[in-house]
Parts: sequence; C-alpha cells; structure tokens
Amino acid sequence: MSASKSVKTIVSEGVWTNNQSLVALLGLCPLLATTTSATNGLGMGLATTAVLTCSNGTVSLVRHLVRPEVRIPVYVLVIASFVTIVELVMQAFFYEMYLVLGLFISLIVVNCIIIGRAESFASKNRVDLALLDGLAVGLGSTLVLTTLGGLRELVAQGTIFYQAELLLGEAGKALTLNFGNDYQGALIAILPPGAFIGLGLLIALKNLIDRHARRRAPARAAKAPVEAQAHPA
Amino acid sequence: MKTIISSPHVPRVNRVDRIMLDVLLALVPGMLAMTWFFGWGLLINLVLAVTFAVVAEAAVMLARGRSPLIAIGDLSAVVTAVLFAISVPPMLPWWLTLLGMVFAIVLVKQLYGGMGYNPFNPAMAAYVFLLISYPIAMTTWLAPGMLAEHSFTFMESLRLILDGTLPAGLDWDAISSATPLDEMRGKLDLHLTIDEIRHSPLWGYVGGRGWEWIAFWFLAGGIYLLWRRTITWHIPVSMLLALAICSGIFWSLDPQTHPFPAFHLFSGAAILGAFFIATDPVTACTTRQGQLIFGAIIGITVFAIRTWGGYPDAVAFAVLLMNIAAPTIDYYTQPRVFGHGREHR
Repeated sequence: MSASKSVKTIVSEGVWTNNQSLVALLGLCPLLATTTSATNGLGMGLATTAVLTCSNGTVSLVRHLVRPEVRIPVYVLVIASFVTIVELVMQAFFYEMYLVLGLFISLIVVNCIIIGRAESFASKNRVDLALLDGLAVGLGSTLVLTTLGGLRELVAQGTIFYQAELLLGEAGKALTLNFGNDYQGALIAILPPGAFIGLGLLIALKNLIDRHARRRAPARAAKAPVEAQAHPA
Repeated sequence: MKTIISSPHVPRVNRVDRIMLDVLLALVPGMLAMTWFFGWGLLINLVLAVTFAVVAEAAVMLARGRSPLIAIGDLSAVVTAVLFAISVPPMLPWWLTLLGMVFAIVLVKQLYGGMGYNPFNPAMAAYVFLLISYPIAMTTWLAPGMLAEHSFTFMESLRLILDGTLPAGLDWDAISSATPLDEMRGKLDLHLTIDEIRHSPLWGYVGGRGWEWIAFWFLAGGIYLLWRRTITWHIPVSMLLALAICSGIFWSLDPQTHPFPAFHLFSGAAILGAFFIATDPVTACTTRQGQLIFGAIIGITVFAIRTWGGYPDAVAFAVLLMNIAAPTIDYYTQPRVFGHGREHR
C-alpha cells in the first residue's frame, strides 16, 4: 500500500481541492433537491457528515476482514445502519427539521459521496485518517450545501437562515437575516432550475478563486531569483 | 474595422448584422400594430430592453477582454431585446425588463460563449425565467385599444412602467384583461361551448380582437423574411402546419370544446414564434429535414400545452424544449453527401 496522505492534504483535499460537491460533482441529488434554504442545506450537510464520518471509521476498521467480492454490500449495510441512527436521532431531537428534509434523510444511504469515500479512501487507510477524511469531506460538502441554500433563499425570498431555530434551537433565531419584507424575489431560485444555475455559478466561483491563487503562487515562489524581477509576470 | 469576406464574391453577403437588420425591419409592422392596440408600453419596453441588453453585452465583452463594439454591431443583442419586449406585457415594471435582459445576455448567451454558441434562445429563456419567477406581472395584459376603458398617454405609461403608479382613479382590475388564449381556456374549463364563448366583444374574425391583427402583421413580416431569404420556409411552415393539423383533428371531432385551427394560429405567439423565434439560426436545427422535424414538434408541443398543460400559451416552452433537442435531431438527419452510399451497418 502506498504511503498514507498527510493530515494537511486530507483536510485541504476534502474541504477544497477535491470538494466532492464542486469538483467531483457527487451527491448532486440531495444537493439540488434540499438546498431551498441555508437551514435545510446545513441540516442535510451535518446529517451527511455524521453518517460519512462514522461509516468511514467503521469501513476502515473492518477493511482487513471484508473480502473484496462482498465489499460493496458490506459498505451499504454499514452506511444504512448509520443513516437509520441519524434518522432516529433527528426524529427525536429535530422533529421539524426531519419533516422538512423528509425522504432525503433516508436517501443518504445512496449518496455517492459516502460510498465513494468508503471505496476510495476508508478501505485503504488507518482508522484515524479515515475518520478525519470523513469529517473533512463532509464539512466541504456541508459548506457547499449551506452556501447554495443561502444563495437560493436570498434570491427567492430575501432571507438567509430563515427558520434556523428548527436546527439550532432558539439561539438560531439570531442567525436569521431578513432583507426587507416587501422584497419581490425570483421564485425560480428555489425551483429546480435555480439549483442548477446556482451550482454552476458556485463551481465558476471556485474555479475563479483557484485561478487567482495559482497566479499568485508562482509569483511568490519566483521572488527570490533575480530573473523574475527583471521580467515581472 | 475591415471585414474579411470569403469567396464566392457575390453582391449579397449573409453577414450577421444584415440578417439581424432584416429581422428587425420585418418586426416593424407587427410592432406598430401592437403599439396601435396596446399603447406606448411596448415602445417604452423596447427602448429599455435594448438599452439593458446592449449595456449587458458590452459589459461581458469587456470582462472577457474582447471588443464590445463588434458584439453590439452584429445587432444580435438588439434582436433578443426586441423579441423580449414584444413577448412581455406592455406595462411590465422596468426592473423585470432589466432582470430579463441580464439573464438573457449574461447567463443564457455569454456564459455559453456568446453569439453563435448559446444552446437556448436568449429572449425565450428570459421570458420563461420571468414567467416562472413573477407569474402575476408577466400575465397582466391590457385590454386592446377599442375595448379598453382607459387609453394611456405616453407619460402615464412611462410612470406605470418606471414607478408602478397607476393614473388616479384606476386599478389593475379595471385596465387589465385576459388574453384570448386565457379567456378561451378559462371559459372552456367552465364547460361553456365555443359558440357561447364567442358571444363576447372580445372576439374578432378568428382570434381575439386586436390580437389577430397583430398576428397578421407579424405574418406579413415573416413573409418578407421568406422573400428576402433570410429564413427558409421549413421551420415556420412545419410548425404552423403541425399546429393546424393537431387542432384541426380535435376540432373536427368536437367543434364545441376545441377551438378551430385558425384560432390557434392567430392567437398568442404562434405566428411570431414560427417566423421569428423558432427560426433563430443559432438555436434551431440546421439540416433541412431536421428543421421540418424541429418545427413540427414545436407545433405539436404548443397545441398539447395549450390544450392540456398548465399555461395558456406555450411557444416559449416549446422552443426551449426543442432548442436542446436540436443537436440530436441534426445528428440523425445529416444529408447524404453526393457520391457516397448509405452507411452499411
């Protein structure tokens, strides 16, 4: 087995450079369907992160016991168990949120991100790294879900984190931003086309940030040699 | 700037700006008729839409590091703006026109690569975007001139569009009126027969009063385009024929619950769509056979949505649906090159 990745690489790849929602474009179904508000996106993202971290850890623990021929059914069983746990926990403590997200909680079982990480990372790495990878990838996805949800919510109804108390309790109300009650939003943003357009814009934004970062990186590296000063980029 | 023109060197060259200028010219009679029946609103919307579209196009071209003058000079943004202004209600608030034009030019056209690369018709995409987002504003039509209780002066129209204030003593209920397609649908849903429905001053010879004349003048413009060979007959004829045949079949089965074909042809955006929107050279099919299929399916879709769908008119939806199907249709209708046999499989 090849050398394990460093902690720093795992975190930066999971959250940004190999962000499963923006780069790998995995798990699009919940991404497009549940991000009608920042609260929904955050709830969905946290539920996915919980399942992903636990399943990554478990898959890593049993990786030497499972024969390759039956690994996929085993992964699915592991994931399904954790999804059931998360679903019951949400039913008990975040009942309204559970009603809002509805079927999509159960559908975390078939989220490609989770089985993808189990297959490509957890089954080949130590438990601590697998847990960290699950957490990083989950947070990266949560970031996208929340941003897209906030964006769509803002365009459609002029609010951000509307009904945050469903997820965060009474303290969540402080998070809700409301930009004027007579705002006439574009309804299309919370309909399916808005999800696709919003996701496309987020991907474009990420590529733009990356391009700026790439342009700056060589300039910083090349400061030392004299030639670079003679021909500034 | 010098333009390089490739051979054959014939006097008439199909340059984009000339085609677009032809299209604009052909739209003039229809627009005059619309202004006659619906007042100044169309012209105000037209000026606003063209301004917004040109500014948006120039801004994106500057951001892409290209010359904005060439992009504006080909007049395609102007045609998009004009088609949009014709499609929307005459008293649309100015900021909806702004939203629509930014959506059309920036998202639908330039993000896909600009002139010649957009898979969807920008004007229709903007129309659908607004129709879905702001259904009330996008379906509030005025009554045509001879039926209206109040005829708007230029300043009143301007104030209504820019500021949203109606002239004193009027409210929207008094000045707005259902379009002929709306009226027909609504009354048919109440189980009235066509004979009963047409006992109303709203109706003219075949379609709605006023509306049928607008359609007629767009038809005249379309025929001008055919005569100039700016467009070919394939898409408009197949689309209108398909619409006429579909509605004809249902009309002959039951003339009291299905309006006759001429009503379908001269209502809504059928004529405008057939000659000016579906024929957009960028987003339509390019093979002759493909164009016939493209137009026919638009016609069938328009009839289906008008009759059983959720919206009274469907030209924009039908055109957008077929826009995305056009590359596939083109792929399967490649003409056989002379001298080459059929492909053996």
